[in-house]
Amino acid sequence: MNLKVKNNKAWFLVLPVLALVAFSAIIPLMTVVNYSVQDIFDNSSVFVGTEWYREILNDPRLQSSLIRQFVFSGAVLLVEIPLGILVALMMPKSGRMASLCLVILAMPLLIPWNVVGTIWQIFGRADIGLMGAFLNGIGIDYNYASNPIDAWLTVLLMDVWHWTSLVALLCYSGLRAIPDAYYQAAKIDQASAWAVFRYIQLPKLRSVLVIGILLRFMDSFMIYAEPFVLTGGGPGNSTTFLSQTLTKMAIGQFDLGPAAAFSLVYFLIVLLVSWLFFTTITHLDNKK
Amino acid sequence: MTKRKIIGISLYIFFIMLPIYWLVMMSFKSNEEILGSLTYWPVSFSLDNYATIFSDPSWYMGYVNSMIYVIMNVVITLLTALPAAYAFSRYRFLGDKHLFFWLLTNKMAPPAVFLLPFFQLYSSVGLFDTHIAVALAHCLFSVPLAVWILEGFMSGVPREIDETAYIDGYSFPRFFIKIFIPMIRSAIGVTAFFSFMFSWVELLMARTLTSIEAKPIGAIMTRTIGGEGVDWGLLAAAGVLTIIPGCLVVWFVRHHIAKGFALGRV
Repeated sequence: MNLKVKNNKAWFLVLPVLALVAFSAIIPLMTVVNYSVQDIFDNSSVFVGTEWYREILNDPRLQSSLIRQFVFSGAVLLVEIPLGILVALMMPKSGRMASLCLVILAMPLLIPWNVVGTIWQIFGRADIGLMGAFLNGIGIDYNYASNPIDAWLTVLLMDVWHWTSLVALLCYSGLRAIPDAYYQAAKIDQASAWAVFRYIQLPKLRSVLVIGILLRFMDSFMIYAEPFVLTGGGPGNSTTFLSQTLTKMAIGQFDLGPAAAFSLVYFLIVLLVSWLFFTTITHLDNKK
Repeated sequence: MTKRKIIGISLYIFFIMLPIYWLVMMSFKSNEEILGSLTYWPVSFSLDNYATIFSDPSWYMGYVNSMIYVIMNVVITLLTALPAAYAFSRYRFLGDKHLFFWLLTNKMAPPAVFLLPFFQLYSSVGLFDTHIAVALAHCLFSVPLAVWILEGFMSGVPREIDETAYIDGYSFPRFFIKIFIPMIRSAIGVTAFFSFMFSWVELLMARTLTSIEAKPIGAIMTRTIGGEGVDWGLLAAAGVLTIIPGCLVVWFVRHHIAKGFALGRV
């Protein structure tokens, strides 16, 4: 059933997509590569080879924000993927309540990212915000502006609030795509709820989970606007993630060369992790 | 079991709604009230913030501009991604696996440094400050995403359905439109929503590629952050209004998302 036919004419079906994406992808990428090997003055530029790359890779700011970034993205995936699956399983299957749930789940996704930061900035304040006031009211000394751990947890909670819906919506539509016959067969076999999940639902969710995990990894790894608005990267450097270090370099210091080299290193890290994940998954599939 | 499910989903909905509740309440308050003290309900309820937005074309045209390029983006994305995803799910061809992964890599570049070449590219082809420029630029991430999501769902449709249709004498375009597309409705619903959503909240590219004619709402919102501080109430009202169009989209595609397969149609 899954044997694909070899047919090079399928290229014609892919061609519009290829042309559309390549138009916006290739020239900007080449331009950035070009920046990264040159020292650019007002009107002239000098070829400097790999100098910027060496400078960037030895930069302690990059190294520390990279570690912080990996910890953050790891935490995001550990919380959002299981929670997203759970929410999708708990949602009503049809009817008005299902529609209502879908609309409410979609809401956080639709708010521009800088506004998300703004909401949580007010929401978390101890004097005028609901969450901050509540936490302090029940005796927890919470202040995201001065305590690094509180700030980090607030950024994580904000991200969970903002993005778990994406995983949940993907899984929900994946679950709806399972034919009823599968569940009927499980019922005849008297399969437990866990067995139904493990052997029917989870395998059918594979493709949506792969894209969900990749999306959440990529977007959380490039998180910028939300923590920038909420904490400005502080207190100290506790919530200064990789893209903020990059933006500081690109805009703050007018260093196009090193910033371009930084961008490409950044891009390659995301690419490498995603590729490792994707090939491992497809490899495991082929083994079965 | 069902009782536990209802409690669980209610708790999650509560968690989602709390910050949104706070946003909506802020939009009805004055700045003095927002920053003055903790009030759970607007003491001096006012619609001034909304009045400001709806009476000023430079405000509300932002929503119109965003809507135009987002709709263009969704249409272009679906039209190109549907056949491509079908090709990836049904055929092996030269370079298919590499091409498939390459598509997604376009979503992986940190935007900060790429904005300048983007600006140069779209200026040089004369599209700067047009809606179509933003729509095309957003295709860079929306098309790969659409291909990936659609391919996953299409692979779940048994090949026998294609073969039966050919034996019954359907031509490829007719089979694709009449039989195949209705079968993957839930995937198309989800894909349409995701293309809409990512294009709607993307700000850096949209802001770089526009100045006046096609300026998106997100860029206009930043004017609430001025010299004498942030106009919190106005920003909150603008934020509330950004949620509404997307909710309408979900409302329209909800049946497609919740319906899933209609196997046995052929």
